Amino acid sequence: MKIPGLGDTGAIADHGLEGMDHNFLTGNIENLVSWARARSLWPATFGLACCAIEMMATGAAHYDLARYGMETFRASPRQADLMIVAGRVSQKMAPVLRQVYDQMMEPKWVISMGVCASSGGMFNNYAIVQGVDQVVPVDVYAPGCPPGPETLLHAIFTLHEKIETGELTRRREANGGGAGITIEQRDGQTAGLTIGG
Amino acid sequence: MTDETAAAEEAEDEAVPAGDPVEMRYGAIVDPAAADAVLHATVENHLDACAEAFADGFDQLIDLTAVDYLTYAGTRVLPAGVEAERFEVVTQLISHHRRERVRIRTHLADGTELPSLFDLWPGAESLEREVFDMFGITFADHPDMSRVLMPEDWVGHPLRKDYAVGSIPVQFKAASNER
Amino acid sequence: MTVTENPESATEPSGEATDGAARVRRRDDGAAVLRLSEAEAAQIGNDPEAGDDDERVMLNMGPSHPSTHGVLRLMLEMEGETVLRSKPVVGYLHTGMEKQAEQLTYLQGCTNVTRMDYASPFFTELAFSLATEKLLGIEVPERATWIRMLMSELNRMSSHLLFMATNGMDLGAVSMMIYGWREREEVLRFFEKVTGLRMNHNYIRPGGVAVDLPDGWQADVEHLLELIPPRLEEYDVLMTGQPIWRERLQGVGTINADEALALSATGPILRSAGYAWDLRRDEPYLAYDEVEFDVIVGSYGDSYDRYAIRLNEIRESMRIVEQILDKMPAGDYRVQDKKVTPPPRVRIDQSMEALIHHFKIFTEGYKVPEGEAYAAVESPRGELGVYMVSDGTSTPYRMHVRGPSFINLQTMPHMMQNALIADAVAIISSVDPIMGEVDR
Repeated sequence: MKIPGLGDTGAIADHGLEGMDHNFLTGNIENLVSWARARSLWPATFGLACCAIEMMATGAAHYDLARYGMETFRASPRQADLMIVAGRVSQKMAPVLRQVYDQMMEPKWVISMGVCASSGGMFNNYAIVQGVDQVVPVDVYAPGCPPGPETLLHAIFTLHEKIETGELTRRREANGGGAGITIEQRDGQTAGLTIGG
Repeated sequence: MTDETAAAEEAEDEAVPAGDPVEMRYGAIVDPAAADAVLHATVENHLDACAEAFADGFDQLIDLTAVDYLTYAGTRVLPAGVEAERFEVVTQLISHHRRERVRIRTHLADGTELPSLFDLWPGAESLEREVFDMFGITFADHPDMSRVLMPEDWVGHPLRKDYAVGSIPVQFKAASNER
Repeated sequence: MTVTENPESATEPSGEATDGAARVRRRDDGAAVLRLSEAEAAQIGNDPEAGDDDERVMLNMGPSHPSTHGVLRLMLEMEGETVLRSKPVVGYLHTGMEKQAEQLTYLQGCTNVTRMDYASPFFTELAFSLATEKLLGIEVPERATWIRMLMSELNRMSSHLLFMATNGMDLGAVSMMIYGWREREEVLRFFEKVTGLRMNHNYIRPGGVAVDLPDGWQADVEHLLELIPPRLEEYDVLMTGQPIWRERLQGVGTINADEALALSATGPILRSAGYAWDLRRDEPYLAYDEVEFDVIVGSYGDSYDRYAIRLNEIRESMRIVEQILDKMPAGDYRVQDKKVTPPPRVRIDQSMEALIHHFKIFTEGYKVPEGEAYAAVESPRGELGVYMVSDGTSTPYRMHVRGPSFINLQTMPHMMQNALIADAVAIISSVDPIMGEVDR
């Protein structure tokens, strides 16, 4: 919706740069803001099931999310930018999920980690919401059951990349919801890797 | 239900020759064909059988669950004297000192209420709540007969055989190439 | 509150079962367990007639909270900082797995049950496979049994390491989170080498295991056995002897053996109360009667005992793994029954019969004779059992999993009674529930 003097409120909400006329002078500031946002995404703790274990493994020493500025999983959704829905969402949990998502401040992003969050996974039954995108808008879908830390990192990098280039906000405006990017799974060790090596 | 009429019903029970009395334990009928120690009880003697077992040293309740035999595809082989009903509540007990287990299968029809085992074993609380939640079998004298797994206001009992799985048909559309 | 000093002998292994004290029948008058519906609970503290003396507050912890293990919600009735009554509300991860199991064949069943206790998936697979094998009436070859034992004990180690990590983090020792995962990664790497997956392996199947151990597995296991003991010593320095750790855990969340038995608790909770019951020793399954290990028992039934039990169970598991390394027999890794075991992929090109068997096993599934069976294993959380009813078709008629966490959660309100809320976090952590198997 357009407000005189302020421009399009949809864009403002996404860019967080209120009242600014978007022109070539502000371009560098916008780039700086996008760059900073991508490099300090703080995830909200939303580990539900098995994927939560792999999410914790990604935050641990071997795969180390801290080098991307993301090791602080904020318990308070007000302090978080990114919600990684890690695990299957049951009917009882769906309202809680929506409530936590609503409490997060704009700009916020959602990674749907694992097949259960993306589509219901192997549990096509009465108890599981068939895809968390029925409850919240999803930006990146990470497949896997569970996706290994490498796949989750791939999802996170995809998100970073799209945030930085502004692609994500463009897609969200186009979709009216999440960006809906699906990545491929990147798990498994290369042959010949020795244990402890 | 006298032993003679029970034995006269023969046939499926090859382990008990006709004319032999049906074996009882704790007031429930012993299943002679089962590999484990299995007793068959009715709604009336369910609590007494469990209480006697408890008094006999089965100090811990291991598990309490139910089975809905509505769409059972095979033939239900039950010992003589045991009437087949729609539901079975299966109670598993253990005696640590004797390293012994016993399973009590209580047969009950839809809509019947069973006495709760809470006074014998407080650990039955969550297990009986789950049976109520999933099958709709209520337990008398239970301290908190409410749903435990499904939301409080859920309608229906999911593990009953007349409750559908609830799967939605999956449509495979061409994956978009947007990256 | 007083802090009891645990003597060193509290963590000594005990091989003998304590003769159960005369069991007192507990009549629970609801003093510890809060039994209110949501609407009723909202009224606590809101009663206009209660007056100024009513300081009771209803605090809701979870289901989304950093200090709960998974999606556990706790309704706490509190007065000041003291917890009076509590109610664990579960069901936020209910997946309908028991209903789903009725739709899946026995070969697919392990993919389903393995996701129940996702910290120790091999155990649920094992219990499911044992129950199915009981119904099928087949015997698993020796090598398969020993491979199952190896993977189970390694899984016990990785699950207890996860406990150490999350317990540490919940109590504030955040670096323990990093250290626990460091060791766990090593074990998970071995799992990935053997089964192809880091978690939720679907490796132990009815009839044996899915694939044989890869070449060089002994070297990998030996590496693990060399790597972990010095790290466990580090944890002893970081935590076990440390005064802050002791003060936070000793005397917190005590439970005695009678209460634990009455509440159907098993596993480390029951053993922490001094009751030495471990299915591996008392009702041996697989080949546990051929290996030597001790059952770790506590004395005080508090959270410190449960922590110490799990730490030493890692050491006992390593002892078992060492013996398995020596004793692993050669042979088949799964039963050679054409109706149950899929043929090797190579044979499919050569033999029509093999192709048909492969097709039937993977699409329709093999039919299991009618009957019912119960099989139990000692998982890191307690007795994990599977009760299976088969009606002669290729899918189970009823599959029920006796999840130890679901039942162990009943002890929590009793442990938390009159504890401070900060201790509530320590108590939840010491119960170590995995919500996947609580809710199924």
